[in-house]
Amino acid sequence: MTSTAPAADVSDPAAFDPALPWRRARSVALRPEPFGALVYHFGNRKLSFLKSKTLVTVVETLADHPSADATLAACGVPEAQRPAYVRALADLARSQMIEVRA
Amino acid sequence: MTAVLPNRPAPERPTGGRLVDQFEYGLDAPICLTWELTYACNLACVHCLSSSGRRDPRELTTAEAEGVIDELQRMQVFYVNVGGGEPTVRPDFWHLLDYAIGHDVGVKFSTNGVKLDRARAAQLAATDYVDVQISLDGATAEVNDRVRGTGSFATATRALENLAEAGMKDFKVSVVVTRENVSQLDDFRALTDRYGAQLRITRFRPSGRGADVWDQLHPTQAQQRELYAWLLANGDRVLTGDSFFHLSAYGQALPGLNLCGAGRVVCLIDPVGDVYACPFAIHEQFLAGNVRGEGGFQRVWQHSDLFQELRSPQTGGACTRCAHFDACRGGCMAAKFFTGLPLDGPDPECVQGYGESALAARDADLVTPRSHLDHSHTGPVRGQPTLLGMPSLPPAKACDESPLAGLQLG
Repeated sequence: MTSTAPAADVSDPAAFDPALPWRRARSVALRPEPFGALVYHFGNRKLSFLKSKTLVTVVETLADHPSADATLAACGVPEAQRPAYVRALADLARSQMIEVRA
Repeated sequence: MTAVLPNRPAPERPTGGRLVDQFEYGLDAPICLTWELTYACNLACVHCLSSSGRRDPRELTTAEAEGVIDELQRMQVFYVNVGGGEPTVRPDFWHLLDYAIGHDVGVKFSTNGVKLDRARAAQLAATDYVDVQISLDGATAEVNDRVRGTGSFATATRALENLAEAGMKDFKVSVVVTRENVSQLDDFRALTDRYGAQLRITRFRPSGRGADVWDQLHPTQAQQRELYAWLLANGDRVLTGDSFFHLSAYGQALPGLNLCGAGRVVCLIDPVGDVYACPFAIHEQFLAGNVRGEGGFQRVWQHSDLFQELRSPQTGGACTRCAHFDACRGGCMAAKFFTGLPLDGPDPECVQGYGESALAARDADLVTPRSHLDHSHTGPVRGQPTLLGMPSLPPAKACDESPLAGLQLG
């Protein structure tokens, strides 16, 4: 099976701007699992794993907030963990699992 | 269901940690579900993992197959790997393909190419969410046809031509790595590049008729070492179904999930709806239930005793004391089982050599387990593979054998 497990490559960080409004991509389905969730992109057929329930909530509520930063705050992600969450979201943006809202 | 795995305490899932550790405890729905639609096949490959050939009269009907797809959609199984037998010989194959895609279940199907004419290739090229894998077990007709049958290389390459011509993207050439083709990996790459396809190579297991030719066809230790080096050099450009994780015990882990996924992230639905822990484990001991039963597939996946049992990490057995256990996790369950080795011991192809000694230490009178199912063709098949020699037909009359048959002298 293919996976886009994180930590593969560190590419252009400009690709993900947490100040912008984001959402789960429209062709992406999310399946809750005991450890978090699977996300699957029906277009590029990539499978990713969300490794915490908080990250699942973040991805699911991105669309309700004016920015990714605001989503992280609303989901109660502690300041110290913000960089890790931003990296996880950047990974998801790179594999097109989340997209900028127009 | 009798216990298959010794030394397994009741599982309690940890929180956080590596995905591979999470996967050992299983998922709410499989990631990688193989669904064999029929045991019928036009070929008679010597190493067929499901001993296919003849259709089973109890095969799921079209309506039952649609019911399974509805259930997969509810469970959010994002895609299925469809195989057989030769799935495209089912008259409702193309209908079921459309039905699955229409219900958010993507389809990757494996075929020998027999039905992929220009029209079908064009149809597939115009369909989203479908992936095609053409099976080929030699980069030349000579190597391929010995195991898959005379003419099968020509059939497969014609299908590849049709797909390429139709503008199909991302289709695959699927190769089972054997002693006879392992030296052709670069040739396979060149062949797939020629059609704009992608190469997928998987491990040969002693399942189905594969058990009959395993001694003859499984790669030697030296070949495994070469294969490992090749995968490290080319792994990012070749798909493997993560099936070579036993090679990770050489040192560096291979890309992907290095874990036996049977009943945890993987399972098989066979043509009659029986659910097995893995496509390579068609044996009563790994039969978890049937999709026709109450509660359907979901109940089997989530609640069968067998799958519960498989979803706990191995804590005992010879392998857990090996320095490489974390790399290979003891290897392939099916490979051990069908070679008569204990499931908590080494893989028969253990790269540290423990498999060879375990095989040598088997009882002389040990009878290796056989599947209760065999749908192999009973009569001769056109273009029969020649690996095992030419098929011998019994003489119709005694004098066909000898002109002196039955002659009484004196």
